Amino acid sequence: MKLVYFASVREAIGLSSEECDVPLDARTVGDLVARISARSEEHACALHDQTRLRFALDHEMVASDALLGAAQELAIFPPVTGG
Amino acid sequence: MKRVRISNAAIQPDQELATLLGLGGGALASFTGIVRDDGGVNAIELEHYPGMTEASLYRLIEAATARWALLGAMITHRVGIVPVGAPVVVVGTASLHRAEALEATAFLIDRLKTEAPFWKREHYTDGTAKWVDAKASDEARAERWV
Repeated sequence: MKLVYFASVREAIGLSSEECDVPLDARTVGDLVARISARSEEHACALHDQTRLRFALDHEMVASDALLGAAQELAIFPPVTGG
Repeated sequence: MKRVRISNAAIQPDQELATLLGLGGGALASFTGIVRDDGGVNAIELEHYPGMTEASLYRLIEAATARWALLGAMITHRVGIVPVGAPVVVVGTASLHRAEALEATAFLIDRLKTEAPFWKREHYTDGTAKWVDAKASDEARAERWV
């Protein structure tokens, strides 16, 4: 799956995107984010508090308990501030 | 008429809204968001999620046209560096009578604020910059429309 990061999350991790193999036991967005946060100190710092993050699966905003299913792209970002 | 436009260059509200004239309605309502001079801010920088941005703005326009009898609806949003005093977003709707256009315009900007993937960073005159935090009051306004 492709992971994409935006704004403060992108800056904290130091990457705008990366690839990841989804572990068989990661069923939800929250499961996968917990796994990704173990990748580095920077990932852990950016992703440890899921309540401060928002997620999108294939361009659709979802909650952390959403099932990953066959999604191709997971985006992780802070609450949006447009307009 | 439904239109979404993301622009890297300056936006002119009159030009954006011209597309809503001549649709046969008696009402055109619009909202223009402008970069505010908030204590030492000289510009804001807008990051977005290409692809999802357009999809989420179209979804909002679809939801507005399903809820109100509109003749047209448009959203233009600026990205990149935007100086104080310049427009960031223009939302417009056209309808036969004013009530539909006024309500649909408020709906579109309120929901855009909490659903469309844009992030603002303030740039200050002293050269520093800071990401803007989301506001609880914006969440409350968006929830009025649920």
